[in-house]
Amino acid sequence: MYELPSGAEIQSVIETLKSSVSYYLPEIFLSALFLVVIMVDLIFRPKKHHPLSLTSLAGLLASLYFIWQQHAMTGREIFFGMYVIDEFAIFFKYFFVLSGVIAVLISMASDELNQRASGLGEYYALVIGMVIGMVMMASSADLLMIFLSMELVSLSAYVLTGYLKREPRSTEGALKYLIYGAVSSGLMIYGFSIIYGLTGETNIIEIGRALGERGYDPVTLMTASIMILAGIGYKVGAVPFHFWSPDVYEGAPIPVTAFLSVASKAAGFALLIRFFYVAVPHGGGAEPLSPGSEWLLLLMILSVASMIYGNVVALWQTNVKRLLAYSSIAHAGYILLGIIVMDELGTQATLFYMLSYLLMNFGAFLVAVIIANKTGSENIEDYRGLGRRMPLAGAAMTVFLISLVGLPPTVGFIGKLMIFSALLAKGSIFLWLALVGILTSVISLYYYMLIPLNMYLRESSEPLPDTIRAGVLPQVVTAGLMLLTLYFGIFFTPLSDFAHYAIRVFGNQLY
Amino acid sequence: MLSLIVFLPIVAALVILAVPSSQKQIIRLVTLLAAVGQGVLAVLIWQAYDPALPGIIASPGGSPEGSFQLIERLPWISLDLGNFGSLTIEYFLGVDGLSITMVLLTALISIIGVLSSWTIKKQVKGYFILFNVLSTAMMGCFVALDFFLFYVFWELMLLPMYFLIGIWGGPNREYAAIKFFLYTLFGSVFMLLVMIGLYFSVIDPLTGNHTFSLVAMASQENYIPDAILGPESVVWRYAAFIVLFIGFAIKVPMFPFHTWLPDAHVEAPTPISVILAGVLLKLGTYGMMRINFPFFPEVFQASLYVIGVFGAINIIYGAFCALAQSDLKKLVAYSSISHMGYVLLGLAAGNSEGMTGALYQMFNHGTITAMLFLLVGVIYDRAHTRQIDKFGGLASYMPVYAGVVTVAWFASLGLPGLSGFISEAFVFVGAFSSEVTRNIAIVSVLGIVLGAAYLLWSLQRMFLGKRNPDAVYELRKGADGQEHIHFHDWNGKNDLDARELLMLTPLAVIIIVLGVYPMPVLGLITTSINQLVEVLSPVVLTASAAVN
Repeated sequence: MYELPSGAEIQSVIETLKSSVSYYLPEIFLSALFLVVIMVDLIFRPKKHHPLSLTSLAGLLASLYFIWQQHAMTGREIFFGMYVIDEFAIFFKYFFVLSGVIAVLISMASDELNQRASGLGEYYALVIGMVIGMVMMASSADLLMIFLSMELVSLSAYVLTGYLKREPRSTEGALKYLIYGAVSSGLMIYGFSIIYGLTGETNIIEIGRALGERGYDPVTLMTASIMILAGIGYKVGAVPFHFWSPDVYEGAPIPVTAFLSVASKAAGFALLIRFFYVAVPHGGGAEPLSPGSEWLLLLMILSVASMIYGNVVALWQTNVKRLLAYSSIAHAGYILLGIIVMDELGTQATLFYMLSYLLMNFGAFLVAVIIANKTGSENIEDYRGLGRRMPLAGAAMTVFLISLVGLPPTVGFIGKLMIFSALLAKGSIFLWLALVGILTSVISLYYYMLIPLNMYLRESSEPLPDTIRAGVLPQVVTAGLMLLTLYFGIFFTPLSDFAHYAIRVFGNQLY
Repeated sequence: MLSLIVFLPIVAALVILAVPSSQKQIIRLVTLLAAVGQGVLAVLIWQAYDPALPGIIASPGGSPEGSFQLIERLPWISLDLGNFGSLTIEYFLGVDGLSITMVLLTALISIIGVLSSWTIKKQVKGYFILFNVLSTAMMGCFVALDFFLFYVFWELMLLPMYFLIGIWGGPNREYAAIKFFLYTLFGSVFMLLVMIGLYFSVIDPLTGNHTFSLVAMASQENYIPDAILGPESVVWRYAAFIVLFIGFAIKVPMFPFHTWLPDAHVEAPTPISVILAGVLLKLGTYGMMRINFPFFPEVFQASLYVIGVFGAINIIYGAFCALAQSDLKKLVAYSSISHMGYVLLGLAAGNSEGMTGALYQMFNHGTITAMLFLLVGVIYDRAHTRQIDKFGGLASYMPVYAGVVTVAWFASLGLPGLSGFISEAFVFVGAFSSEVTRNIAIVSVLGIVLGAAYLLWSLQRMFLGKRNPDAVYELRKGADGQEHIHFHDWNGKNDLDARELLMLTPLAVIIIVLGVYPMPVLGLITTSINQLVEVLSPVVLTASAAVN
């Protein structure tokens, strides 16, 4: 028989909600921004995209202030443990908002989008919607909250993927994304239900405590882990949950592809780290394969499979977006390496790698946008002879690709260095993973270099003008990303300290 | 001073970036200025260098001062890694006997390379920017004393080289460029893992922290006994030695990792071949002497025989391949492989004579092979072919050219009085006096004979006798009644012109002077070589094992 709560209880609930709201300002602000963008679109019916994109840009930048304020509020659960604020979450909030900013900048540069001036209101609104979802994913500490925020991200992403309605491949990508997404969400929530059955809790900190204190049936936990990994693996695009990504990446407008490949992937990793560090028992770092942490073995399989499959299949790609899709599968594998280490250094390396990936991958996609604007093509063959005609784009692309391979002096090299350092700091047990990592990165050199090869070493069969001018904005953004990729490749202390600061996950037994 | 010599070309590259690409002459002159500046600095460094200080390891007490010279040491990156303390990477430069010879060689070859690049017509701006980046990376490699810094410079060479071969190369350049890139990267990624492993295994005695310092890593007492590459983990030390050795051997290049080199040389434009043969190959053996051997001396002692055998294979296999070539540049490329085999053989001897010979051979190989490739370039510019059987009787029509070729060819085959002879003699003396390599040395002497064979044979076919019936040039009677040579599509001077002489004469002079009086180089390197031999010697090893 359900009892009505007493007045005092209701009062305390309201008090908690009221006090929690002040810790929820970034999300509230972003939600308001979402509505403002729609209003701007409805009221002003802008003929150009500028009012919309500038509003989004200003709003996203302003939200950084609210995120910054949260540094003083860390180590706190709000909304009855649904939501936590810790440095780890703040790191990812910055990450997602910055990704959103860059995605908006790339969208502004993309002719593909701008040639259809109507309906861009929803586009920018959905980008912001995705940012909200990801920001919430980073902070969620409850199975229900995790699921809700993930669905918010996914639903926005489905629509954005299919945004070029008249292009069949865009629609096809969106449909595939939706179907795969539905299946893996279903699997994940089934996994959640098993966890709930084991522990009777939905809060991940409580789950971790319950599993630790009461013990559990390893097979059941493993089954649940596999199912939850299916959901997260789909978000991060790791093998064998990657099947959607090449088609989606190819079909979606390039700015959306870039956004998905960086931010959506990072959101998956944020969730992966939080969930598995907090909810599932693990060996505490010293003994990485101790009882209770069998799921680390799963992560190893995912990681190795992703590195090998992504890098090898990329060798045959002729479309730049597909190539970068397979490359992003491979990079999911590298990032997983850092998570497997399960200690401070590993987490720091993971976060650092994601920051480096943000710079170089957005950079590569931005150059792809610039070139697609001018040639209307994403085929590597059509990149012939462009290096000389578009000096900045060519040089920047080369820097980004070299960084993706992991060669100095770029930030990608430091990312790989930190990941491998974290592996080797454990002695020789993870050496084989590091070996797979470096050998596959040699393979990756071949396909990444296909792009500079066509840009510089081959001449176009069609007559091209001597210089091709890109707009000012994309050039400035490209140059900025290139310089940052190089600068942080030489002086990486700020990024690394930033990552180190963010390794404190609330409720994790390690810290 | 070392920073200046390393980064001068980068400054030039930045200047060139601001120059409009139509101002080709300015671009060339800026690069030349940087290279000459490097040369002047190299001479100043040479003057400031005290050959009495040993280098290789730190002086007693753990400080590099008093052992290395012209040290520049600044904290570069210092990271907080929580439980792991802090990650320290230093900007740490310095020279000792090993590196100063290579610094001099690099500066010299860079100047020659710029002069030789004057004929590059295509995309001049891009070419010289890449050239300058390459130049900085090479010089940086030789003076870096921090493994991380060394690795950054080492990898920084790859991309410019890829483009220099790939854009300005011959018909099959795409293949050659990516092959070069993949081979070298394959070697160096393992170096990355070993570097990380060494970092976790070595403590800087001065600070008590983990360090990337090459100086600290060269002393066995700085290794943590139970670390992954500490003295107790024998298996991993062997594995690390082998993968490092392969990484460096690819660069040398050592059989069976040599196949990228002939491809790269054949496709590369002349100046890049000169840089490649003159400097880049030395990085492989320099890396062995600076990093590979002193860090794992007991493994080095255990593998002397294997290294010697590979050296002998290089010498003989390279010579046989050279004998079979019909393309002059490929012949020179294989002869370059063959002559790098002497360096390996000298290293395998493990004694002072052998090591001195090896280092001296590195220097001489740099000057001689650079000259050989320049000479190949001279004839290729005129005839647009390098097929040996498309010439014949050139000596009568291009006497100066033939004279310079003869000096270079004889230097390469080791004629007494020219520098190549002395270094090869040292190598053989060293190899004979070592028990391990004596038999290998006996077999390797065959290489000298084969070397004489392919060099003299090519000399004969191209320069002596009469014009071949299917030669690429014609003979025309001039106004003076003499027959003159005439190349198609060539308007320049038939014999060597002033620029070519400017490049070739200094090299020829150095080869002759160092062949008669080797002390300028030997004097520089002796102390360091003795120190290296002591670091590698089994006696010291047992002593340091006792300490641990």
